[in-house]
Amino acid sequence: MADVLTFTDRGIYCPAGDFYIDPWRPVDRALITHGHADHSRWGMRSYLATEAAAPVIRHRLGDITLDTIAYGKTRRIGSATVSFHPAGHVPGSAQIRVEVGGEVWVASGDYKTTADGLSEPFEPVRCHAFITECTFGLPVFKWTAEETLKAQMNSWWAANAAEGRTSILGAYALGKAQRLLTSIDASIGPILTHGAVENTNAVLRAQGITLPDTIRVTPETKIADHPGALVLATPSAMRGPWARRFGTSSSAFASGWMALRGVRRRRAGDRGFVVSDHADWAGLNAAIRETGATKIFATHGYTSSFQRWLAAEGYDAHIVSTEYEGESLDDSDEPLAEDA
Amino acid sequence: MKDFAALFTRVDETTKTTVKVAALADYFRTAPDDDKLWTIALFSGRRPKRLITASRLREWAAERAGLPLWLFEESYSIVGDLAETIALILPDPATTTDRSLTHWIEEIARLSTLDDAARKAGILAAWDSLPTTQRFLFTKLLTGGFRIGVSQKLMTRALAQATEQDEAELTHKLMGNWTPQTTTWASLIEAHDPAADLSRPYPFYLAYGLEDLNALGPATDWSAEWKWDGIRGQFIARAGDHHLWSRGEDLMTDRFPELAQLKDFLPDGTVIDGEVLAFRDETPLSFNALQSRIGRKTVPKKLLTEAPVVLMAYDLLEDEGRDIRQAPFADRRARLKDLIAGVPDEAPLRLSPSVDFTGWDTLAELRETSRDRNAEGFMLKRLDSPYLSGRKKGDWWKWKVDPLTIDAVMIYAQAGSGRRANLFTDYTFAVWKGDDLVPFTKAYSGLTDAEFRKVTAWVRKNTLQKFGPVRQVKPVHVFELGFEGIQPSPRHKSGVALRFPRMLRWRHDKPPSEANTLDDLNALLDQYG
Repeated sequence: MADVLTFTDRGIYCPAGDFYIDPWRPVDRALITHGHADHSRWGMRSYLATEAAAPVIRHRLGDITLDTIAYGKTRRIGSATVSFHPAGHVPGSAQIRVEVGGEVWVASGDYKTTADGLSEPFEPVRCHAFITECTFGLPVFKWTAEETLKAQMNSWWAANAAEGRTSILGAYALGKAQRLLTSIDASIGPILTHGAVENTNAVLRAQGITLPDTIRVTPETKIADHPGALVLATPSAMRGPWARRFGTSSSAFASGWMALRGVRRRRAGDRGFVVSDHADWAGLNAAIRETGATKIFATHGYTSSFQRWLAAEGYDAHIVSTEYEGESLDDSDEPLAEDA
Repeated sequence: MKDFAALFTRVDETTKTTVKVAALADYFRTAPDDDKLWTIALFSGRRPKRLITASRLREWAAERAGLPLWLFEESYSIVGDLAETIALILPDPATTTDRSLTHWIEEIARLSTLDDAARKAGILAAWDSLPTTQRFLFTKLLTGGFRIGVSQKLMTRALAQATEQDEAELTHKLMGNWTPQTTTWASLIEAHDPAADLSRPYPFYLAYGLEDLNALGPATDWSAEWKWDGIRGQFIARAGDHHLWSRGEDLMTDRFPELAQLKDFLPDGTVIDGEVLAFRDETPLSFNALQSRIGRKTVPKKLLTEAPVVLMAYDLLEDEGRDIRQAPFADRRARLKDLIAGVPDEAPLRLSPSVDFTGWDTLAELRETSRDRNAEGFMLKRLDSPYLSGRKKGDWWKWKVDPLTIDAVMIYAQAGSGRRANLFTDYTFAVWKGDDLVPFTKAYSGLTDAEFRKVTAWVRKNTLQKFGPVRQVKPVHVFELGFEGIQPSPRHKSGVALRFPRMLRWRHDKPPSEANTLDDLNALLDQYG
């Protein structure tokens, strides 16, 4: 039987439906798992995404031809049947299930198996072949429990506020920032946001997601007016001159990479919180097990180790070369210039 | 070990020296004496001897975590620290206990006397009862190399704050041959007899690289000596005995047995700062010759004749039992000269010659001849300078000769480890041999973090082939490499080995075709090898 999905230099392709999933070169028809810049790119003739992901994708890519679909609903494209299922990565993120002649393949994009209180929780989808990321596909990656994480962040913020320091927390503008917003105790002090974070907040609020009150940082913002504030910044803004306006401050960074002491130290921030929108080692393995798939394709991350591990576990495991980046510490995930 | 783990966390979470010192000082005010002593020992490089091999620890940890050894190794190569890798991959402890730092160090010593099976059981039990940070520190104690961002200097400053003692005096107290088993907190820190240990060296005075020659003022205020390429050492003759200390506070006495005879010629109460140098026929040999003797605890006769050493004396710190470090350099040097004049030429002791120069211009010209003399450039010392401790700016400067350079093409890249775990920072470079690129060296320093990020992004998109962690990349980028020396090497495909290779700059202006050739490299070898 022909493969349901193939891997081309433009992206993941379905010959039966003549469409691509998260392509990185312009194509006619693109199915998009979620709005991060490495999965949702400019220049496709038409897009299909979940209803919940659509507002952010529109906000980021502007005037595009975008059709939407609800989670779990099926749609016939050519001789393929597709449906979108929650990936737990960011609000609106999806795994895309493709069925052709009884053969089921799932492209999972980026995913996280633990609930974060914001994204639609990950749903395992039974399939024959599963395309998985492995950004954190090594057994050293083990995420901090949500309750512990909350306590760590709140006590850091509260201690800074008590000692007259601004708390600057770096996180991706889409997903991570809002997840942190819903995790922290907003009663500790005012919450300021970088423009890129606030723009995404506005999009998500408009689609009915509840977030605590936030104040956009503008050139006129005086930190003296916001004593004890928490500032949510993008990784790139945090490093640049933008962050200097906050006076005496303590900086922290929220990322899965913070699990490694060496990376924490290289960031030269004061604190690192271990929190990711991707699955940790246990999450990846559990997700793969629950699909029931025998054929696994590892896309981005520690692909060679992960493929070898899966093969030893008895899977028909392969590595696929893509242009997805996973969780980068150093780049903003912003596709467009945003006002600061 | 909870309080020690809390100290570690406080120190590790910050990059600010003041915060680190405050955390350490708090610990020194509150911890039990035994734990304090061990903490001082750990932060001054006196870690307990490694008693269990790293390979056994890897096997046990992988087995306990239910992982194949190769996956443990892959994880280790990303994390870059064995103890951290072990702490991270093991399952969380079911129950925990709080025992002191000293308890765990003694437990490690106790386990080392047992057979392999009992050791394994003891280590696994410890791992199973410790939360992640304590598990990491416990394993650090097992593996040695206790470097966690606290220098001895910083620790000493905190100790000075906590005990209200003078920092310099504490620095002196902490030097020498003690271990927590041979001393106590009371006698090491609180007692007022710092001269008790006759082997105790003075802290070395270290120089920075020269920043601005014009800022030095008139040349007549300065002395210049060749900067010899050996091992900095402090020779101590006291009470009929002698000791040789390295800059890293290693006792090297037994590694250079030919220096033992010096105590017969030097009066008791003499301390000389100098360079242990491979030397024959009144000529310094290259560092290459000395290399064969580094790391050897005992020296076979053959080596003694192949690579004989002398102490090339720079400075006199103690004269007739008196600490003369506060005297001006010119006076100390005059006394050193008198002292050495009384020592026969057969003895392996030389006065590092001072270089006559009339002005900075003539010195700059002479500096160009450094490599021919097996020197690295000049040491400039202000004639009226005291002998300070530690690395200080102002009175002493290293004025090193410019590195040798070559333009080479990057052909392989590998991710770094530890703090560079998710960046490609280790590159292999090649030069042209006809139409082929021949690899000749690796380099992993010299670029800014921003440049490393740029190269990393490029490598991800321009990988031709992967060999495990190594990526072969398109041969596009040219880097100017600097290095201190070059020598023939049968172990390298190119036939040469470089000393201290690093990237000086990214030559965006050069296409790969304009990189240097193997012939260029061989020409350097003929000239300097």
